[in-house]
Amino acid sequence: MIQAEDLSKQFEEFQAVDGIDLQVGAGEVLALLGPNGAGKTTTVRMLTSVLRPTRGWARVAGYDVVKEAVKVRASVGVLTEQHGLYDRMPANSYLDFFGKIYGMNPDARQQRIRSLLEGFGLDPDDKRPTGEYSKGMRQKLALARALIHDPPVLLLDEPTSAMDPESARLVRNAIHGLRSANRAIIICTHNLPEAEELSDKIAIIRRGKIIIQGCASDLKQRFLGPAEFEVRFNADLNGSVPELPEQARLTHRGDNWLRYQTEQPQQINPELLSQLLANGFPVVSLQEVSRSLEQVYLQAINAPETGEEISDGG
Amino acid sequence: MVANLRPAFVVAWRETRDMFRDWRIIFPIVGLTIFFPFLMNFTAKQVVGYVEQYGANLLAARFIPFLLMIVGFFPITVSLVIALESFAGESERHSIEPLLSSPLTDWQLYLGKLLASLVPPILASMLGISVYLIGVYRSVGWTAQPAFLLQIFLLTAVQALVMVSAAVVISTQTTSVRAANLLSSFIVIPMALLIQAEAVVMLWGSEGILWWIILGEIFVSIMLVRAGIAHFNREELLGRELDVLNLRRSWAIFKKAFIGEAGSFKEWITVEVWKTIKKTAIPLAFSLLLLPVGLWVGFYVSDKLNLSSDMFNLSQIKEMNAGIAPGLRESGFISPGAVMYIWLHNLRVVLLATLAGVFSFGVLGVFILIAPMALLGFLAQMASFAGIDRWNFLAAFTLPHGFLEFPAMIITCALILRVGATMVTPAQDQSISDSFLRALADWLRIVLVVVTPLFLIAAVLEVYVTPYTISYFLSR
Repeated sequence: MIQAEDLSKQFEEFQAVDGIDLQVGAGEVLALLGPNGAGKTTTVRMLTSVLRPTRGWARVAGYDVVKEAVKVRASVGVLTEQHGLYDRMPANSYLDFFGKIYGMNPDARQQRIRSLLEGFGLDPDDKRPTGEYSKGMRQKLALARALIHDPPVLLLDEPTSAMDPESARLVRNAIHGLRSANRAIIICTHNLPEAEELSDKIAIIRRGKIIIQGCASDLKQRFLGPAEFEVRFNADLNGSVPELPEQARLTHRGDNWLRYQTEQPQQINPELLSQLLANGFPVVSLQEVSRSLEQVYLQAINAPETGEEISDGG
Repeated sequence: MVANLRPAFVVAWRETRDMFRDWRIIFPIVGLTIFFPFLMNFTAKQVVGYVEQYGANLLAARFIPFLLMIVGFFPITVSLVIALESFAGESERHSIEPLLSSPLTDWQLYLGKLLASLVPPILASMLGISVYLIGVYRSVGWTAQPAFLLQIFLLTAVQALVMVSAAVVISTQTTSVRAANLLSSFIVIPMALLIQAEAVVMLWGSEGILWWIILGEIFVSIMLVRAGIAHFNREELLGRELDVLNLRRSWAIFKKAFIGEAGSFKEWITVEVWKTIKKTAIPLAFSLLLLPVGLWVGFYVSDKLNLSSDMFNLSQIKEMNAGIAPGLRESGFISPGAVMYIWLHNLRVVLLATLAGVFSFGVLGVFILIAPMALLGFLAQMASFAGIDRWNFLAAFTLPHGFLEFPAMIITCALILRVGATMVTPAQDQSISDSFLRALADWLRIVLVVVTPLFLIAAVLEVYVTPYTISYFLSR
């Protein structure tokens, strides 16, 4: 659905995006992370055929972003960084306007507007101008605008910014629903837990280049080492240390717990568990130690620049 | 085609509705439409009453149609504000990006904005004119001729079109309403001058000239719309650095275009300047065609004036001839000072014609060629009344210096046309100012290397050779 190779954009002397490769299939969500000014918005604007790449190419929904710009724009729903609503228009009229622009017929338009507004908890019969809406309501309306024509590709810049937790959950659920409906989605966000929850793949962009790309668990493994697990016992071990299989490495231990790392949890965890139980260790729980994407992000962003994609924790 | 136009109408309709939600736009439109015609009615009535006391009925007859034009013009001034805000305002409020990300094509978006800025003020203007016409009929019994009424309607519409299309060009090239408003002087001042010219024409009673003005304004509007669409650039509308005046960057672009790839002066002359001459081939061919057109205009005007052949007595002219050469010597005409005067005069004309050409997309630049050719044609036709063959006359009076001066004029005209054409030609990844700077660099190359030396040698010949060939010719 979204393919880009060597996608680059130079504004006079400034290289905003430098040789980005992307691939997002139907039913996939890619989270594009990076500091402000890293090139996320420029990338999205190139994928919506608003900016013309200075090098490389991209295809969105099967169309070339340069040669078939109008078709690309018709196939993409964009939530822009600034929602840019018309303050004097009511929500219904606002969506109706964009529905007309996308060539929807009146019945389909009205039906879609009602379902979107209701879906996002907005009143379809509200006649107030959108200028009177709260920030969160405006954000939801802008998202409804991006979805009005039911596009196969969605490019969402900070989809839950300025939203209260309940609204943010509503939007996240909507994104899950869109993924299930086979939409290809790119999300630009600074909200790392949200990126981890929503995305299948994560790409971190720094000074116009993608420095790492992959699914959250792979990235964690690459940057923070193999997955870490914690076993808890219902009594103190009194100094006795259970023997671990060869492929597991003890990392920390306490009176009634221990942590180990393994690259093959599917094989090692059942083996270890049965070994512990067989040796009479009173196991209460075995679970993966949660590691935040933030650690990966900070390591990647602060890693020295080599011009190459960062391969591991360094 | 209609299906393609529909999105433009959708944009126009939304903008129009939005406009009517803003009292700051409604008030002047309604106020100017309703109140102003009444004021003009009152003024017309007073003026007619006043001038009739002194029997100056002609003045009254001219004043009422003039006020009609003014009544039509005032509401369309609002269109300027709307159009200036059209892109720059949306850009400032960040509402432009969803539109730019939609499947609207450049021309659909452009046309939608243009219509939204144009239609409400024109409708208001028509309403104002109707109110004025009814009022002036009731108060002084004046009615407009249908042809004149059509002329005023068209004049009002094209004036609005010129202002709006120019304002939309400005709006697309700026990222803030403030910058757009500041640049609007480039529209307000020429329009004010145009209205003054139209006022003179109307008070003079030469309504026929208004048709030419309408035609000229239609042409300028088409050029402005073309320039607007050609330089409509989604990237620039989203840019934030555009309003910053960067003289260093402008100079760098100009310098690079002026010097080109040349490594030495010789290479610059032989390669770079030659490249520019080749690029100017089409406007050069067009300028060549203007030579006979100019002459024909001169012939036509002198025929039209129906001048009497008695006015040009050959024997009188020949008598005068005896004193021409000594007179010129005594007056100090045949001197280096006169050479400098003619040369600098011609260069000044080049500069002024270029300036006029820049503001009219090259159109006014053609007068550098048509005006002198028309004058020559006129004089040649007058000479023919006196029994002198007009072609011999032209050869004697112009050829000695003209064989250099005409090429210089033709080249200048071609360069001005090219600068004008650059403004309305789409250029990938180039802003309107970048395109203009590059065209200006090309202009300067040829003016410095070709036009200026040609005019200098032509001035020398005009002072030291032409008077003698004229004298010789008349003495035969």
